[in-house]
Amino acid sequence: MTEHPSYTSWTEKELAASLSRFPERYKTFYHHGGAEIPRLSVPTSIGQDYDEKIGFPGRYPFTRGVQPTMYRGRLWTMRQYAGFSTAAESNKRYRYLLDHGTTGLSVAFDLPTQIGYDSDHAMALGEVGKVGVAIDSLADMEILFEGIPLDKVSTSMTINSPAMVLFAMYVVVAQKQGVATEKIKGTIQNDILKEYVARGTYIFPPRPSLRLITDIFRWCGKNTPLFNTISISGYHIREAGSTAVQEVAFTLANGVTYVKTALEAGLELDHFARRLAFFFNASSDLLEEVAKFRAARRLWARIMKDLGANKPASWMLRFHTQTAGNTLTAQQIDNNIVRVTLQALSAVLGGTQSLHTNSRDEALSLPTEESVRTALRTQQVIAYETGVANTVDPLAGSYFIEELTDRIESEAVELMAKIDQAGGVVACIEDGFIQRQIEHSAYAYQREIESGERIIVGVNKFQVEEESRPPLLRVSPEVEAEQVDRLQQLKASRNNDQVDQCLSSLRSAAQNDGELMEPVLACVREYATLGEICDVLRQVFGEYRDRQ
Amino acid sequence: MSKKYRVLIGKPGLDGHDRGAKVIAQALRDHGFEVIYTGIRRSPAEIAAAAVQEDVDAVGLSSLSGAHLRLFPAVVEELAKAGADDIVVVGGGVIPEDDIATLKEAGVREIFTPGATLEDVVNAFQGVCEKK
Amino acid sequence: MNISNVIEGVSRRDPRSIGRAISIVENHDPGAQAILDSLDAEKIAACLVVGITGLPGAGKSTLTAQLIKEYRSQKKRIGIVAVDPSSPLSGGALLGDRVRMMNHALDRDVVIRSMATRGRLGGVCGSAGAAVRIMAQSGCEVVLIETVGVGQSEMDIVRMADLTAMVLAPGLGDDIQAMKAGLLEVADILVVNKADLRGADALVLDMESVAQQRQERQGRSTRVCSTIANQGQGVAALAQSFKEINGQFQHSGEKAQRRLQARRYEVIDWAVELIRPRIADRVAQKQGFCGDPMLLAQDILAELGVESKK
Repeated sequence: MTEHPSYTSWTEKELAASLSRFPERYKTFYHHGGAEIPRLSVPTSIGQDYDEKIGFPGRYPFTRGVQPTMYRGRLWTMRQYAGFSTAAESNKRYRYLLDHGTTGLSVAFDLPTQIGYDSDHAMALGEVGKVGVAIDSLADMEILFEGIPLDKVSTSMTINSPAMVLFAMYVVVAQKQGVATEKIKGTIQNDILKEYVARGTYIFPPRPSLRLITDIFRWCGKNTPLFNTISISGYHIREAGSTAVQEVAFTLANGVTYVKTALEAGLELDHFARRLAFFFNASSDLLEEVAKFRAARRLWARIMKDLGANKPASWMLRFHTQTAGNTLTAQQIDNNIVRVTLQALSAVLGGTQSLHTNSRDEALSLPTEESVRTALRTQQVIAYETGVANTVDPLAGSYFIEELTDRIESEAVELMAKIDQAGGVVACIEDGFIQRQIEHSAYAYQREIESGERIIVGVNKFQVEEESRPPLLRVSPEVEAEQVDRLQQLKASRNNDQVDQCLSSLRSAAQNDGELMEPVLACVREYATLGEICDVLRQVFGEYRDRQ
Repeated sequence: MSKKYRVLIGKPGLDGHDRGAKVIAQALRDHGFEVIYTGIRRSPAEIAAAAVQEDVDAVGLSSLSGAHLRLFPAVVEELAKAGADDIVVVGGGVIPEDDIATLKEAGVREIFTPGATLEDVVNAFQGVCEKK
Repeated sequence: MNISNVIEGVSRRDPRSIGRAISIVENHDPGAQAILDSLDAEKIAACLVVGITGLPGAGKSTLTAQLIKEYRSQKKRIGIVAVDPSSPLSGGALLGDRVRMMNHALDRDVVIRSMATRGRLGGVCGSAGAAVRIMAQSGCEVVLIETVGVGQSEMDIVRMADLTAMVLAPGLGDDIQAMKAGLLEVADILVVNKADLRGADALVLDMESVAQQRQERQGRSTRVCSTIANQGQGVAALAQSFKEINGQFQHSGEKAQRRLQARRYEVIDWAVELIRPRIADRVAQKQGFCGDPMLLAQDILAELGVESKK
């Protein structure tokens, strides 16, 4: 902190007197990761260059938000991630959510689907329908969106390595509903790099995976101008234990990698950049989170400008937020509602475009319908009752928030430079450099909890004996057998010659560096299964395996 | 501790959330264990084979995706098949209390649910290794 | 499992027996002697033992995993001893090398053993040596010993192995410079991994000049190889180099020489290791002693019946 005229005298008088009588609670206060928190930020803590660093909403560098009016114009999209069991069950849950005022769908797929296995694959044992809905073919996708008009809702799909296949199914379902392809809107996650780092649902090695992503950018640029082609995700990096700074740095570094890959493939930056979306975590350190969102927005704008983007839309970091699953506790689960409320508030104060709020029982199992409703209501209370949505970027100009925004940005820049020096994101992933950094942060955090340095209410302080157990939602074990049955019926009833032909066209396109979206669409239309399509690509591209 | 205990931490199934597994691996190391980690997305047979080759005292399994009822007992069976039923299996993850009895009957010695502390987990490993 | 079952199981290539046998020897459990006595010198002599070492981040584990693939394509049964340091504070260890080798978990002809250094002064010579011999007994034709290239342990590897590969990668410049004078020069092969990265060509040139200097000064040749381990490139050629160097060493007598030397070191290692607890006991008993440490050491050895004074 530089000297402020009255700061010295305050330090010597009031502060010194106070400290001598009432020592502070801790010797030092710090964020996760060790950055010290100042006692008091003062005007000199932040720079003078308002226009360059803070500016106006809807204008470069977008520190204050991507739209001029923010939530005064339109509230954020309340988008609850959901999906489990079969397509029919999930379809019911989506209709329930739409009836209760959710404004966008967010599809959770089960792990076999996310890893490109059909439900009858040996590795799918026990996993079918568990953490999301099982989709084996277009037939399941048709059921999933039955009665849901795809020109009206926007749909986000958490699908990465096989994103092209699931997206192709979505396009075909829309076409079958009679919806024009260019009208569908939503987001596919399609962010493979963070899968290697933090989430684990990779199939292919990095290079062919990046090729698939670039292909999607290209196809969507021509055909689905309203669809976000990727959601570059820090969420899972943070869930894996990273600090806020690491979340920003690793996510934006991944973003730069996608951009550079697409540029190398000859795509026009201002053409695809506007459809890049982001996805961040809202964790419990409320003020740090607000600053994080603002810092990420400013940093991305600067990066994109440096990369040669000319249009303001290309500079904007638009993001979805989910509250931090890892902060939910199994103890006194109602406390989780409070945590989620505060985390959601940080996302809104940070200017998110859409938001998922976790349910109170998610540390224990999939959320029940009732707890999902409370989670949604939390957003609605923030939106309609608190008044925080009625002005733009209300925390701007806070000495502390601006100082923190600066710090997060500059530390993220430093970390990104390190990755660059070490050969870039892909090299750092293969090396385990990024994974190790996250691991260390996660372990440090856990040790702080165990030692009592970090207090988690109900966990290491204010515990109570708990007896009653909440009702839990369980996916019936029969789902797996049902799904496998349906898959076998499908294989018996479709035109298998056509399927084989389409698959072999896909294979030759993959082998010959051809564009892949059209051949995949053809396979999907013939009801080739997800596993069959991914197997063709596995044979051509190879498979990636874990490395620590 | 004087005798070195060797343990293997495995992630059976498709769940890629390995924060818990890695944190526990580090905690065990810091309590004097030699810890072998398999990485994510391994089949029960692969985990058992690694445990046998490494001749560990105990295997710790982690699954957060709800597949534990199928996967944990499968590891116990694979170990038995390899003539290594003396290698103790413990497990943790998002496991409903109702499943604990089923898993224990299937030969999983201890189960940790959300809310278990590192100390609980380390002590349990210590306990099962000593009793072996 | 009794010892005779374990011994018989090792020869039968039973994974459980191999795993047990290594543990029994590593822990000096009863039966260790019987196991060591049972090993067949000819099998051990026929096995090629390669040390793989190098700086952290150079890609040793990935390269080792690719070498497994290469040897398996040649239908060779292979053993891997992957050594990681024990934590000096807790005595525990995280043995993470296995992650990259898990693809071979169900292949019974790939025998992998992760080992911690357990804080031994001389590294892991004793236990790793026994593990190598048990693997050879179980029919492994090649055994790779992989170890992190920091500190003392790679010197021990060099002594243990028939030949040693040092793995390097671009971007580790300063560290490589720091190694040049010492470790780099004891390797038989310098492997420049990540050969697709910027700076790889320069590193190859640099290593070739190291090799040349060594040729001029010591009259011994050192190979330089390039690999891109994560894509499997250059791995077959590297395995071929191992074979050729092994052939040369066999022919020149170097191999026999190294084996003999390794044995000597191992004996010393074990001797010190076995007497260490007794020394430690004595030291503990002499808490009040405030004289010179060397004099105390001499006294203790004398008490143990070892004459150490000149």
